Amino acid sequence: MSNNVKLKKGFDIKLVGEAAESIAKNIDTPTTFAIKPEDFPGMIRPKAVVKVGEKVKAGDPILIDGKLEEVKYTSPVSGEIVEIQRGERRKLLAVVVKADAQVEYKEFPVKPIDQVSKEEAQAILLESGVWPQLVRRPYAVVANPSDTPRALFVSAFDSHPLAPNYEFTLKGQESFIQAGIDVLKKFAPKVYLGLSGSKSSALFDGLAGVEKNKFSGPHPAGNVGVQIHHTAPVTSANDVVWTISPEGLAQVGKLFKEGKYDAKRIIAVAGPKVDKPEYVETYAGVNLETISVAKIKGDNVRVVSGNVLTGYAVGKNGFLGYYSNMVTALEEGNKARFFLSDGWLAPITSRLSFHKAFGLLGSTSKKYALDTNTNGQDRPFAVTGSFEKVVPMDIYPMYLLKAILAYDYENMEALGIYEVAEEDLALCEFIDVSKHDIQKIVRQGLDTMRLD
Amino acid sequence: MKFIHDLIEKQKPMFEKGGKLEKLYYVFEAGETFMFTPPDVTKAKGVQVRDAVDLKRVMMTVVIALLPAIIFGLWNVGYQHHIATGEAASVGEQLLIGLQLSLPIIIVSYAAGGTVEAAFAVFRNHPITEGFLVTGILIPLVLPATIPLWQVGLASAFAVLVAKEVFGGVGMNILNVALTARAFLYFAYPAAISGDKVWTYLGEGTSTVDGFTGATFLGLAVEAQNQGVAVADFVGKAAHWASDPMSLFIGTIPGSIGETSALMCLIGALVLIWTKVADYRIIISGILGALAMGVLLNVLAPEGATYLQMPAYYHLIVGGFAFGIVFMATDPVSASQTNSGKWIYGALIGVMTVIIRVLNPAYPEGIMLAILLMNVLAPLIDHYVVNANKKRRLKRATV
Repeated sequence: MSNNVKLKKGFDIKLVGEAAESIAKNIDTPTTFAIKPEDFPGMIRPKAVVKVGEKVKAGDPILIDGKLEEVKYTSPVSGEIVEIQRGERRKLLAVVVKADAQVEYKEFPVKPIDQVSKEEAQAILLESGVWPQLVRRPYAVVANPSDTPRALFVSAFDSHPLAPNYEFTLKGQESFIQAGIDVLKKFAPKVYLGLSGSKSSALFDGLAGVEKNKFSGPHPAGNVGVQIHHTAPVTSANDVVWTISPEGLAQVGKLFKEGKYDAKRIIAVAGPKVDKPEYVETYAGVNLETISVAKIKGDNVRVVSGNVLTGYAVGKNGFLGYYSNMVTALEEGNKARFFLSDGWLAPITSRLSFHKAFGLLGSTSKKYALDTNTNGQDRPFAVTGSFEKVVPMDIYPMYLLKAILAYDYENMEALGIYEVAEEDLALCEFIDVSKHDIQKIVRQGLDTMRLD
Repeated sequence: MKFIHDLIEKQKPMFEKGGKLEKLYYVFEAGETFMFTPPDVTKAKGVQVRDAVDLKRVMMTVVIALLPAIIFGLWNVGYQHHIATGEAASVGEQLLIGLQLSLPIIIVSYAAGGTVEAAFAVFRNHPITEGFLVTGILIPLVLPATIPLWQVGLASAFAVLVAKEVFGGVGMNILNVALTARAFLYFAYPAAISGDKVWTYLGEGTSTVDGFTGATFLGLAVEAQNQGVAVADFVGKAAHWASDPMSLFIGTIPGSIGETSALMCLIGALVLIWTKVADYRIIISGILGALAMGVLLNVLAPEGATYLQMPAYYHLIVGGFAFGIVFMATDPVSASQTNSGKWIYGALIGVMTVIIRVLNPAYPEGIMLAILLMNVLAPLIDHYVVNANKKRRLKRATV
């Protein structure tokens, strides 16, 4: 059985600086790597389980959540713990590892996947640090080992702006991905794979044991949340499904086939401020300093871990996020603009808009070198009807957001809080005339429902 | 331009916390952000790039869509004056009379409402929003040119205060602010905004032409029915202005400053629909609603009820219907917010307008009350639309 879902709603933000399909050479080897609690929005009490100076192998635990201790967050590389970064009130920010020249892996047991029991598999996934790749809906947080998910969902393409092409980054890893699926089927009886409707996939088309559905249309067609909504929607707080990225699947497969936690990752380094945008081979949590030196041009630049919709600014010396599959570099838009020359009353073509209000003359099909300017200030919700046009789900985003802001549990539930994650409404935040922090509001709603 | 921005920035400390004028911070900020889109950048978390649109631009789009109606309206004030007095005058002179009468009204409207808006921003510590950019010009356009200025000021201040600020400001109001201003005058000072003395500016010491009438089409239509004469024939005889459908459509008839020309409203509607600032659903369903009600009245009309027999399309081109449905009904804050809701909301405005006009002899014009009534009902319509969505979602759960 295979569906072909054609989505009309959504919006593609086209940016200059798409990564060419080549791996960058002559980038100095990065020396430090980190794991950051902020990448895991469900984490309640992050705790470092190592001390500065301790030696670790790739796959040794370095961080846990005090409220969910079974799940280990492990070192992506082998080396020495050099820093435990803390912020205000000793809030844990990052555990930093200085990498060895040659990565040494902690060894995990290897045996044929059909002979591994669910309990064994769970123990290995939890211990190795691969488990956090499993994200649960509702709430979009790291899966709980006590969950019994109804299904596992994988989106086989990333439709975010400048997103990496999995066909390139995961080339040759078909067998690991298949192994990952075989392992996770022990947990979730059904696995759904959402393929891009616009092209065939050498990587995913041959996979067995999954139900394949095709999704076409503008972003967010590649968001797993949207795909779940159109395949087998999450309907209540107890209706648990898991999601995982294709990279996560390959990681699971490698863990069981080779017995190691391989955090190797090919990331896209893209965006208007990147010199020769292409891919870089590195490990999760890499410090971006050497990549910035080699690839990023200019000083007034924002370096983002992830894409421009769901990523976050880390700076040239920041660390790549656990789930980030790319780095985006943009110009900081910290310049005032006179209202008649290029401000709010001037016709402009250099800035992208989903809207067509007066003077917004830029075509939506051209590629833009956008900067980080907000192009306006916070205002009360005034314009209606536009959020619906970028959310391809049977959900009223404005009503849901207002229910969240009012802590109206009943309405949040009825209006679809269990079906969304921040990324699913990220486009609303982009197009919002009133410049609200919509993803933050969504997370507030998810936290409210999850913790109360 | 950088030096101007630097100059403004230099004054900023005076308005910031601890400064001499800290209370006026948001007034300063409104001025600064009017001149310059601020150098604010997106936060570290959340989207890293933002759409080029902002509320100022959206509001400005409405003002631009209003321009044809404004310019035509100014000219028509002078034109009506001259055909009433029988003087010959050039288009320039007619525009000038329109400007002399209307400009003070516009200035007073902006000044009075704007002051209330700014005062609330200062007291309640929130930024001044751009909504009044549109409201301030809408108010004069729905008033006759002869309106006393103090009434304009009072109405504008009243509307901002009672229709908007007490509900929490922009985005929270239930009623359309400009229409609230008009309704306030309509009920508080009916002599200045209804009847047949106010629509045409005559000036002191001037005489009128033979056959002059101060009444509007809608006023005359009621009269036609009382006398049992077909509306078009009656108005054609009674009025000193041309009342063929084309003239009504173009709008060379007496009425409020900006509302007479259906043609200019149509141009405005095209701008608003093309830019998607107004929702086409409301405009189209409003027109269909008015036509349907008009046709229904045609069918039900007893012998001699000539107003009921008037062809339905007349409702679209006389009175303030075109202006109301294009510029007032589509106000996104006070209208229905869901797409299906917008169809119902618009259609009912059309239906109610015609009912009030034709079947209620007390109020010659119906669009104002129809929109205000539907403003009140809009949340109810949305409630049912959203409830249907909730039920649909729930149903899915049990399958």
